[in-house]
Amino acid sequence: MEQKKKASIAKRKNEVLSSLKKFGTTIYDQLDQGNFPTINMPSRSTENINYDPTLRQYILGEKSVSRSARNIRHVKPFTQLAWAAMFSNELTSQRKTSTLRDVYYSAQAYEMTFTDQQESNNIITDLETLTGFAREDFNIFPEERSAIFGDLTIGYTVPGYEGKTLNLTSHPDGVLIGPALTSAEFVSTKADKVIAIEKGALFTRFIEENVHNKHHSLLISCGGQAPRQTRSFIRRLHDELNLPVFILTDGDPWGMHIAQVIISGSANAAHLRDLNTPDAVWSGVWATDIIDYKLPTDPLDEVDIKRLYELQKDPRYQNDPLWQREIKLFLKIRRKAEQEAFSRYGLTYIVDEYLPTKLKGAK
Amino acid sequence: MATATFEEISASDFFYRNRDIAGFTNPSRAVFAAIRELVENSLDAAETSKIPPDIYVRLSFESEATKDTQIYKLRVEDNGCGIQPRFIPSAFGQVLYGSKYKLKQMRGTFGLGGKMAVLYGQITTHQSAFVTSSTGTAKIYQFKLMMDIQRNRPIILDRKVQINKEQWRGTIVEFTLEGDYLRAMPKIIEYFKQTAMVNPYANLTFVDPKGRLYKFTRGTTDMPAPPKETDPHPYGVDVELLQRMIQITTEKNMLDFLRHHFHRVGEITAQKFLDFAALPPSKNPKRLNHEEIVKLMQNMKKFKDFLPPDASCLSPLGEELMRAGIQKELNPEYLVVLQRKPSTYAGHPFIVEMAIAYGGDVPKRGCFVIYRFANRIPLLYDEASDVSYRVITGMNWRRYKVAPDMPIAIVVHICSTKVPYKTVGKEFIADRPEVRREIANALREIGRQLQHFLSRQEHVHMEKRRLGVFSKYLPKIAEFSAKLAGRERLPDIDKLLKSVQKYGAEEESEHSETEE
Repeated sequence: MEQKKKASIAKRKNEVLSSLKKFGTTIYDQLDQGNFPTINMPSRSTENINYDPTLRQYILGEKSVSRSARNIRHVKPFTQLAWAAMFSNELTSQRKTSTLRDVYYSAQAYEMTFTDQQESNNIITDLETLTGFAREDFNIFPEERSAIFGDLTIGYTVPGYEGKTLNLTSHPDGVLIGPALTSAEFVSTKADKVIAIEKGALFTRFIEENVHNKHHSLLISCGGQAPRQTRSFIRRLHDELNLPVFILTDGDPWGMHIAQVIISGSANAAHLRDLNTPDAVWSGVWATDIIDYKLPTDPLDEVDIKRLYELQKDPRYQNDPLWQREIKLFLKIRRKAEQEAFSRYGLTYIVDEYLPTKLKGAK
Repeated sequence: MATATFEEISASDFFYRNRDIAGFTNPSRAVFAAIRELVENSLDAAETSKIPPDIYVRLSFESEATKDTQIYKLRVEDNGCGIQPRFIPSAFGQVLYGSKYKLKQMRGTFGLGGKMAVLYGQITTHQSAFVTSSTGTAKIYQFKLMMDIQRNRPIILDRKVQINKEQWRGTIVEFTLEGDYLRAMPKIIEYFKQTAMVNPYANLTFVDPKGRLYKFTRGTTDMPAPPKETDPHPYGVDVELLQRMIQITTEKNMLDFLRHHFHRVGEITAQKFLDFAALPPSKNPKRLNHEEIVKLMQNMKKFKDFLPPDASCLSPLGEELMRAGIQKELNPEYLVVLQRKPSTYAGHPFIVEMAIAYGGDVPKRGCFVIYRFANRIPLLYDEASDVSYRVITGMNWRRYKVAPDMPIAIVVHICSTKVPYKTVGKEFIADRPEVRREIANALREIGRQLQHFLSRQEHVHMEKRRLGVFSKYLPKIAEFSAKLAGRERLPDIDKLLKSVQKYGAEEESEHSETEE
């Protein structure tokens, strides 16, 4: 098992590098034969984003766009794309990391100034669409960080740490899910499940209350909407270690959607795979829980209600009757509750009573 | 009830009491108007003798008058035809006396301007005017004059005769007036600039009270053909003019009277008209009573078969000179000039000349710069009331690919034996349908030419930009792709760069690109 996991990181890296090289060679050959280089990639326009019920995520349809260096309007973005590929190639092969903000500034060294951050972000998204790899695979990471805590031993692959291992219980605040962690191989674990938690406060409470031991679980703090690298890390935990994933959020449309994005992904990432975990389960806080546990609540405000109606129509909310049931119930009771609401029954109630029930898979 | 008393007032008294209507509204307008009237007289004087004008104007500070006004001495020198000594006192000391009552295109129309300036000087400073002139004979005459305002008569205070050793010819006028130069300055400088534009064959020099020298040098010595004097056209006469003509005529019957005193009226036309008006051709015009004269005037307006006036009495600037003047003062990147064919309104012939200048020294104001001229006089006030302003702003310029923020100047010159001014101040032209139509047609025609220029320019600009874009980016794509592909040698892109120049690249992709 260990062997196979090590290979996964190294193999993916080789695939990334060869896809970039292939892109470069295509352009080079077209130029060298005296042709304007042209590339095709799937269109990311709204009408080309479809929900795939089999994959249980958004995917891009058949429509494609072509970018040709012959077109005066395309030649600049085309050059930017070639630059971004070259820059990613350098990052990946030199094992350096970068951020979107970094990319925006680095371009200026090549007299390739982007008009604004949005323009450079779009080019990186183009590169993702073209190669099918996420920007994290090119070592371009976002700023937001979330954390993990639990009995998982990882083996670093980042320069200077090769061969070193770390058990993720070694720091009581948890370990940042950053480039070093997401590029690490899994060595061993005693956990048999993953619990992803919306808020840092509850994550800390769970560590204090020893949830990782009591329930043999890896705890993840999402910090609100889970960053892409965290979502992809959850997917790896599920796929490579066969761990079931439970998600705990606030009991409102926003919390519900945080869970949904971990499960089904987002429309913005329709060009990418492996960022979602279709088998993950939203464990609460449900509208049903608000009634069953008589939780202290706040009234839903207008945007909450508008959001619920939107979600009701969203294709990702159609495959499991749970979603529709809870949306209807929210709309009926017109109340919402935060995770902290359980504290009315004492600080440990959520760990001792609520969580075990939920993990058993209450419907 | 008080008894109303009626008293007769002289013409100079009338203008003394109503100086507003002649443009001497306030101290700042007065300085401007005085300079303008004298410069225009000088230009006319030079053109009459077919010499390119050399005009020297000096305004010098004399003393403070009130908190806002000063006393200035104004001196205007020209190299014009000069004035015969016996006419000098009346020419500058008697209002409504002048050489301008015949029908041909002249700058002034009322014989009023120069005298009004001198009159204004006298009433504000109580000082006499000096006029020096020679017609190129052996003598130069110098007069010291004042005006008897109530009697409208010149008073000669002194008269000197000098020997004209250098055969000088011209006129020098010098007098003092109260005014506000500081406020008038922008208009005065603009006046000289525009006068230089529309009189490209004139040398204009102006020294202002601060000693600053403004010099506008002629760009050509070619001058427009001088206008011919013509008889009035029957459509353009009024009862007063008819009465005067009857007074001076030596003709003994109506047929000859019509044939010899009216523009474009021959024997056949005269005969037809007399039939129409039911007047016997043998009738002596001097026998017509007042009612018959009124009837005659009304019939002249009603009669449809008079030939339209011809334009020989007009002296348009001509496309060549207009081009030279605008080129000299605005140095535009592109210039199109147009002279329309002669046209008439109410029996008065007129010609519209128009130009559009683009770029160069044309200021970018966010709206067009409009230069208005009438009989080669710049019109500087009341722009928004002028018919050309209305026509220009009423045009749909987007049809001509013209945007208001472009550096565009439009020059309109209307010349006529009777420019349809709205006021005695001669500042803007009335909205006559015939005039409006000519202006609009001229504008459309030069607008189309400007449009061609602009699209050609845009095309060249696009080509340049396109080439720039490709030669900036293609080498970079080559560099990046070589690095990515791990090749040492850069791909050869010379062929591509050449092809961009040859056939051009597509401007639009067939596929729409949507970014989210």
